[in-house]
Amino acid sequence: MSWQNWAQIGVLIGLIGVSAPLLGAYLARVFGGGAAPGDRIFGPLERLCYRAAGIDEHGEQTWRVYAGSLLIFSGISVAAVYLLMRLQGSLPFNPSHAVSAGPALAFNTAVSFVTNTNWQNYAGETGASHLTQMAGLAVQNFLSAAVGIAVAIALVRGLTRRKSDTIGNFWVDLVRTTVRVLLPIAIVLAIVLASQGAIQNLHGFTDAHTVAGATQSIPGGQVASQEAIKELGTNGGGFYNANSAHPFENPTALTNLLEIWALLLIPFSLAFAFGRLVGNRRQGWAIFAAMFFLWIGSVGVATHYEVAGNPRVQAIGAVGSNMEGKEVRFGAPASALFAVSTTDTSTGAVDSAHDSFTPLGGGALLANMMLGEVSPGGTGSGLYGMLVFAILTVFIAGLMVGRTPEYLGKKVQALEMKLIVLYLLAVPLVILGLAGASVVLPGPRSALLNHGSHGLTEMVYAFTSSANNNGSAFAGIGANTTWFNTTLAIAMLAGRFLLMILVLALAGALARKQTVPESAGTFPTATPLFAGLLVAVVVVVVLLTYAPVLALGPILEHLSL
Amino acid sequence: MRRQLVPALVVFLFFTLLVGVVYPLAVTGVARIAFPSKSQGSLVRRGGVVVGSRLIGQTFGGPRYFQSRPSAAGTGYDGAASGASNLGPSSPVLLADVRTRIAAYRRLNGLAASTPVPVDAVTASGSGLDSEISPANARLQAPRVARARGVPLTQVLALVRENTHGRSLGFLGEPGVNVLELNLALDSP
Repeated sequence: MSWQNWAQIGVLIGLIGVSAPLLGAYLARVFGGGAAPGDRIFGPLERLCYRAAGIDEHGEQTWRVYAGSLLIFSGISVAAVYLLMRLQGSLPFNPSHAVSAGPALAFNTAVSFVTNTNWQNYAGETGASHLTQMAGLAVQNFLSAAVGIAVAIALVRGLTRRKSDTIGNFWVDLVRTTVRVLLPIAIVLAIVLASQGAIQNLHGFTDAHTVAGATQSIPGGQVASQEAIKELGTNGGGFYNANSAHPFENPTALTNLLEIWALLLIPFSLAFAFGRLVGNRRQGWAIFAAMFFLWIGSVGVATHYEVAGNPRVQAIGAVGSNMEGKEVRFGAPASALFAVSTTDTSTGAVDSAHDSFTPLGGGALLANMMLGEVSPGGTGSGLYGMLVFAILTVFIAGLMVGRTPEYLGKKVQALEMKLIVLYLLAVPLVILGLAGASVVLPGPRSALLNHGSHGLTEMVYAFTSSANNNGSAFAGIGANTTWFNTTLAIAMLAGRFLLMILVLALAGALARKQTVPESAGTFPTATPLFAGLLVAVVVVVVLLTYAPVLALGPILEHLSL
Repeated sequence: MRRQLVPALVVFLFFTLLVGVVYPLAVTGVARIAFPSKSQGSLVRRGGVVVGSRLIGQTFGGPRYFQSRPSAAGTGYDGAASGASNLGPSSPVLLADVRTRIAAYRRLNGLAASTPVPVDAVTASGSGLDSEISPANARLQAPRVARARGVPLTQVLALVRENTHGRSLGFLGEPGVNVLELNLALDSP
């Protein structure tokens, strides 16, 4: 590692350290219920939407109605993307002549973008029309991110309200997030990316006559606008097959850093917004610290192994870092930084081929997702996931000293713990069940490109990525089959909506409670000790669940290199 | 639940229009005016003909040209099929490929069998469209290019230096040499 490589990480941390608290303060105003900056600009646009849709801006919803609104809205979104994919071949604005997708692929893609996963079983160059990219996929990049943030804010309301039946209004949360947070930042970011060479045009392929006398098809598309929200909304669906490794999506090392910053920004900011909304900023710092610690630890592991390189390749005479699947302009350090950040958030954009990472470098990426996307996680899903772990942590701490646990003055009782245990068990059951079946069944197993322990990692990675709504892949797996299109879609739906319903139920249960005053026996949750305990709980829960498969996959491969 | 259906539909259509049509078209308009070349793909023309994009790599034949990295995009640098090999670090296929490429690289450049080869020269990139090679890779190819063209090595090395970019802002990413621009510079009289 050169000093420049260290500076790259340092500057990213500095950018996050400055921007996340600022955006967090802004988010707290946006969702705090009072006047917010920019009311005069955004207000009219929002009221136009409310009036057209017949939404009472001040109407409140119980958790059941909130969840119902969310599910109906997401159902419409799935249907719309499905239809666009099925019909794109016959619809206008298709200069690259993408053909219509079959039912399984269209369903997988629709679910993938609506659940904020953005797993891609199609190649963007030829598998999605410009119409689908703009009016289908880009729209979901905004809306799925906004839905995640809405649920996180609803949970925070559950923690702050007393004896309340309601947890906010889904429509208002959705509209305000999109109009006041996502759209303004995306516009600025898109233009910055375009200034560096990310393309933005309406045409299809341009034929180039290469120096060697061949013809090369150079693609077109609305890449900068898609790229901006793809990172900002922790979506990760590439305009092209190579995703952020593609020079048109991520042309320079500067855009690479900006994209990493953009995908970390909102998840980290929400920790600070949380602290302000609960009226104790130190609570936000504790959550942020736990998220940050897990992220930076993983950066260390992956960077170390990618820079050290592949010993087998070095043994036969090629000197340098692990460059299989990596771009020269980024190199191993910037690729590892991107890869860790994209798997620690639920983004799943890739600027390098994760499948070709070293065993422990790639294993770190897999483990990041197994944490349940809380470090800092997806837009919204990261905060609500970490708050679930925080409540589990006070529960465990309460068991140790024999007191009724409480978090932010809310007693944690049987109902809450049932919901939390369901939350923590659902995703591992889906991952291990479906991945296990796919490894055993001969048909699905033949989809693997790599074999042995790496093949097992490839399979487990696919379901871990889907069920945690990440979307990155060990992309050697040939997953565009009916089996994988269907099972991966089931994993994505469970990892998204089952968990959201549980979180909203938890929000409803917490909102109904009275707040108990802090006493000498209250376990303080705004301290470094709590942040440390929280990290330990996250890691232990994950290890207890996934240690065997991690041992048989990445660790075994590492030992055999 | 039916009471939620109308707001759901209207909000969905509202945002499809706002962020699915207005937003990308507005960015397209701004980019077209502000970055006329970059927004169209940084196309490189020679004698009025598009020969490629400065951001997209291509295959170059023969010893007279600097060679790009191996590519997993289609049959190599296919602009319509970007992608990586996705071969794992312990894959026998990867190791066989790298072994073959190392031998071919040494043969082409007249290097001794013990010469270490820069890793980027024998591995495929993530996009399959990497437009760059490492400076070390370019320097190893330079003597062969100079011999094949019958020009002094110093002249070729000077062109390599001219077409090498440092790290972004001096500390981001890694230095690289743009192969298309370098080869075009070699061809230009």
